[in-house]
Amino acid sequence: MSKRQKIEEVSEVDDGRTVQARLVSDTGEEAGPPIDLPLTVTVEQLGLICNALLKNDEPTPYLFFVGEEEIKKTLNSALDLNSIDTENVIKIVYQPQAVFKVRPVTRCTSSMPGHAEAVISISFSPDGEHLASGSGDTTVRLWDLTTETPHHTCAIHKQWVMCVAWSPDGKKLASACKAGNIILWDPTNGKQIGRTLVGHKKWINCLSWEPYHQNPDCRRLASAGTDGDCRIWDTVLGHCILNISGHSSSVTAVRWGGSGLIYTSSKDRTVKMWRADDGILCRTFSGHAHWVNNIALNTDYVLRTGPFHPITDRKKKYSEIEKNELKEMALRRYNEVCPDGVESLVSCSDDFTLYLWRSNQNKCVERMTGHQNVVNDVKYSPDVKLIASASFDKSIRLWRAQDGKFITTFRGHVQAAYTLAWSADSRLLVSGSKDSTLKVWSVQTKKLAQELPGHADEVFAVDWAPDGTRVASGGKDKVVKLWAY
Amino acid sequence: MPQNEYMERHLKLYGRRLDYEERKRKKEARLPKERARKAQKLRGIKAKLFNKERRNEKIQISKNIKAHQEKKSKKENEKIEEGALPHYLLDRGQQANAKILSNMIKQKRKEKAGKWDVPLPKVRAQSDAEVFKELKTGKTKRKSWKRMVTKVTFVGENFTRKPPKFERFIRPMGLRMNKAHVTHPELKTTFYLPIIGVKKNPSSPMLTSLGVITKGTVIEVNISDLGLVTQTGKVVWGKYAQVTNNPENDGVINAVLLV
Repeated sequence: MSKRQKIEEVSEVDDGRTVQARLVSDTGEEAGPPIDLPLTVTVEQLGLICNALLKNDEPTPYLFFVGEEEIKKTLNSALDLNSIDTENVIKIVYQPQAVFKVRPVTRCTSSMPGHAEAVISISFSPDGEHLASGSGDTTVRLWDLTTETPHHTCAIHKQWVMCVAWSPDGKKLASACKAGNIILWDPTNGKQIGRTLVGHKKWINCLSWEPYHQNPDCRRLASAGTDGDCRIWDTVLGHCILNISGHSSSVTAVRWGGSGLIYTSSKDRTVKMWRADDGILCRTFSGHAHWVNNIALNTDYVLRTGPFHPITDRKKKYSEIEKNELKEMALRRYNEVCPDGVESLVSCSDDFTLYLWRSNQNKCVERMTGHQNVVNDVKYSPDVKLIASASFDKSIRLWRAQDGKFITTFRGHVQAAYTLAWSADSRLLVSGSKDSTLKVWSVQTKKLAQELPGHADEVFAVDWAPDGTRVASGGKDKVVKLWAY
Repeated sequence: MPQNEYMERHLKLYGRRLDYEERKRKKEARLPKERARKAQKLRGIKAKLFNKERRNEKIQISKNIKAHQEKKSKKENEKIEEGALPHYLLDRGQQANAKILSNMIKQKRKEKAGKWDVPLPKVRAQSDAEVFKELKTGKTKRKSWKRMVTKVTFVGENFTRKPPKFERFIRPMGLRMNKAHVTHPELKTTFYLPIIGVKKNPSSPMLTSLGVITKGTVIEVNISDLGLVTQTGKVVWGKYAQVTNNPENDGVINAVLLV
């Protein structure tokens, strides 16, 4: 045995040294009184202590940090014993992880041909039971996920279908085309509901439904158009209620926040916040030096999935519970993420930076720099701890959501990364790129978890099912591919 | 120069004449006739200036009429374009033809057949006398077994010379090149890429092994910078290209990528 190994082994031996430590959550609440911990305490033991202190009914996995450093194995591996003052109480920050685990997708279960042109938008329904894809051949296709076969073809659009969006109750699908028309579909039979919503003069970049906890009927819909307008539609009456035209250039993304606010980003370099009821401008977030390409809210995931958690509440059914009760549940879920009604949002731009904003302040929280090319997509993780951004500089970057600090870079794509999607447990993310591959990245190891080749050309759209079982992707090679464990 | 807005003040205080609107209307109605009279009467530079102004006005009017007509007529259904792009790529002005260029299988099949569908199918054969220059050696310069290559050569990075005494072929430093201007025939763009090796010099296998690059030689270039990928997701880094110029005359190597 070499000398070096010997020394390491010696340090592993329990020498009985202890430190005073205090377990603190990432929001600053103490779990209990300070405790004496041996230096050799492992992560598993810390987890047991933490669960006991918090009196959790079911054991929750935790991550532990001392300062900036994560405790990977034992406490003394993360502590620098020479520099710390062992007399003081050490602050150990614990971060709850999702109880459930999403397994990384590893193989292509099926590639479903059908579209006659590139697939440019793809989306799972909030309950993860349906899949819709929009394509350049002007059709929206609905796919049967149990048999992985085509279900319905919806061909009313006259132009490329630019985006598809599911209502939070999963009973309606909205699709928007390059001519500026929005059509609503019934996913069960593939027929159009109501009238075509006409009004936009150019193509539509983004659609966003009203949150479930504000209106369980899922009636209103916001759309972002290249003509610089953001319109709010009543999908039952089939007409435009409001036309928000405060941007001087194309609106690239729209998000309907949970507290009655609408956020829009635009190519006029600003992100704006509007009141949803009367369209009054509440705030303008300016700072970007070039087009703002996309925005993400910290509440995106809970607003998308509505009242139910798609994994933990898998057995529940919408139809069995009354609407008011569902609304309460959705509100409860929203309040868990955003208790004081102050939402944070992050915007990515052509000036290679991201900005982190809060809805109650004009100034940005953090300007996140590091990308070396256009940042095209940004997403909050479902547990709102992390932000991931995809850029044309071939990399994915990971940031801490609370203060926008840089965590790591995922490199591996050989061409621009277009989009990304998080898994429901926030431990994995998948990115689609111009180099025709999808790559699954692990947040814990900060490494590539899985490479998914298979597409014959650029991957334009990718989505991870809210229940975490599947990933769907579509691209220029006209097929929709499903990936599973 | 008026010192104050006294006219506006007067208007505010006393109002307009009672027949102001009528007079204005009549004056405007008379204006075209007035103008026509003027146009007939004017001579010389004044006529010139007047006509120029009038002409510009008319152009503006016809433009306006056209715009209004366009607005009125209903637009016909626009044709569906090919090559759908997601919204985030629509305004970026990218070239549309970045389709999969590399096809490993095709290339392998071609390699097996040994036949290249190359841009320059017929190449003039290089005679030995042309490529090699005899060097006289020995104390009395009687021996002539040494040859100097007079064409451009590619010499690999890890090549070490034999001792000069025993070196049969001399490849001069001045004619060694390790980069080529390679044109992608579909993208119509040229890249300055490092050479990996000489695949085939059509004149003779010996020239191939010596790394001599003449017109029509197939060279392998490093295209990892272009970021092409195979069907399986691997990065393509080596690809063949055919030389299209006479490098020994031009001092550069120009080549076309074989796709």
